[in-house]
Amino acid sequence: MSPIITLRDVRKTFGPLVVLDGLNMEVQRGEKVALIGPSGSGKSTVLRTIMTLETIDGGEIEIDGESLWHMKRGSRVVPANEAHLRRMRSKVGMVFQQFNLFPHWTVLKNVMNPVRTVLGLPEPEARARAEELIALVGLQDKVNQYPGRLSGGQQQRVAIARALAFRPKVMLFDEVTSALDPELVGEVLNVLRMLAHEHDLTMIMVTHQMGFAREISDRILFFEHGRIAEEGTPEKVFNCPTNDRTRAFLTAVRQA
Amino acid sequence: MSLIYEARWVLLEGALNTIIITLAASLLAGAMAFSAGLARLSSIAAVRCIALVYIEVFRGVALLVQLFWMFFVLPFFDIHLEPITTAILAIGLCNGAYGAEIVRSAISAVPRGQREAACALNYTRLQTLWRIVVPQAIPMMLPPFGNLMIELLKVTALVSLITVHDLSFQALTLQQTTMQTAAPFTAVLVGYFLIALVITGIFRLAERRAGVGLDRGGLR
Repeated sequence: MSPIITLRDVRKTFGPLVVLDGLNMEVQRGEKVALIGPSGSGKSTVLRTIMTLETIDGGEIEIDGESLWHMKRGSRVVPANEAHLRRMRSKVGMVFQQFNLFPHWTVLKNVMNPVRTVLGLPEPEARARAEELIALVGLQDKVNQYPGRLSGGQQQRVAIARALAFRPKVMLFDEVTSALDPELVGEVLNVLRMLAHEHDLTMIMVTHQMGFAREISDRILFFEHGRIAEEGTPEKVFNCPTNDRTRAFLTAVRQA
Repeated sequence: MSLIYEARWVLLEGALNTIIITLAASLLAGAMAFSAGLARLSSIAAVRCIALVYIEVFRGVALLVQLFWMFFVLPFFDIHLEPITTAILAIGLCNGAYGAEIVRSAISAVPRGQREAACALNYTRLQTLWRIVVPQAIPMMLPPFGNLMIELLKVTALVSLITVHDLSFQALTLQQTTMQTAAPFTAVLVGYFLIALVITGIFRLAERRAGVGLDRGGLR
């Protein structure tokens, strides 16, 4: 089977700053991958380009064997239009560092309204799906609360439920515990642990939780200067990194 | 006081005209504010430019001059408008230009993460605007819109200068016909204040309803 995500020679610059420098990366179906590395190394940008929140300046991204930013018109390849981008986006879900729940909607509506609007699910079905997922993340008693009344950990669990309601093939987690108080990190990681058992779900996580990355990932990608400087199983990358920069990074993280 | 009682129908007619102009001009201003405010944020340069020209022209010209121009100059181009129509158009367009900046700033103040989340959930741009961004921007627009509508009520007094029988016009007429000054002007002073009070009340209620769930800062 072809990889679910392929990045080929992807370049992304912000002005003079090169964020992704000819990045090549593949993620297999159902694989759980953790992206680690110093800040500014391009980890989050990788997720944001896959989600189409950032365009790319060169190279190619494929999702499920299809080009993200280009489409076929007859025999020609042309830049993707909005309809193509929306079809591609439907395969991917994303959870953000700052949760980004919709503050004007209750927990239930945050999870239910998007699938109603975007997938056109009838209300009873959308509601049932939303309630099931809210229960899955353990917030059944908060369905009618507004996000402003929830803790960060609870908000992030709602955000995960909201993304899962679309049943995406790929879930992107962009530093989802970085904005949380330390005592709230565990409840969110527990939800991710639970998802990691989903065999078919592909998970790509940018994280600074090294212990967690090691525990649930099939593969670790160490980023530096917009490229993958080292990759391998958690055992290999954490126990015997071959790259000096990886070693220095891991030492610095452990000392913190 | 007896003068006010005798002239009650005259004054009520004036109040009614003032209220009609205020409501109609506010509706027009609201529609223009949303159109021009959103157009200012359009990705199409021509649309942004048209909105900008509208806003700057109608903000930059004295309302009285706009009223006189529509009332006295448009007939030369064979456009004849009723005085009250002229009043509603001029006041609505002028206040819509101010309102457009309120709409634009409130829309821009909705955090970027909200749009990104909507994009990640595969909302179309239009769905993002109407379901995610505008509902969060409206509570921010309400206090300045309340201000603007009270401003609008007060500038309707200018329409007495183009022969509309509004509250101010009736007061002037009463003063000239009865030679009394204090009573008619005190009556319309109270009249404007009461109408403004109703507007304030409506916006208070709307603010309370629209703010549900949204975390708003305060000093307490």
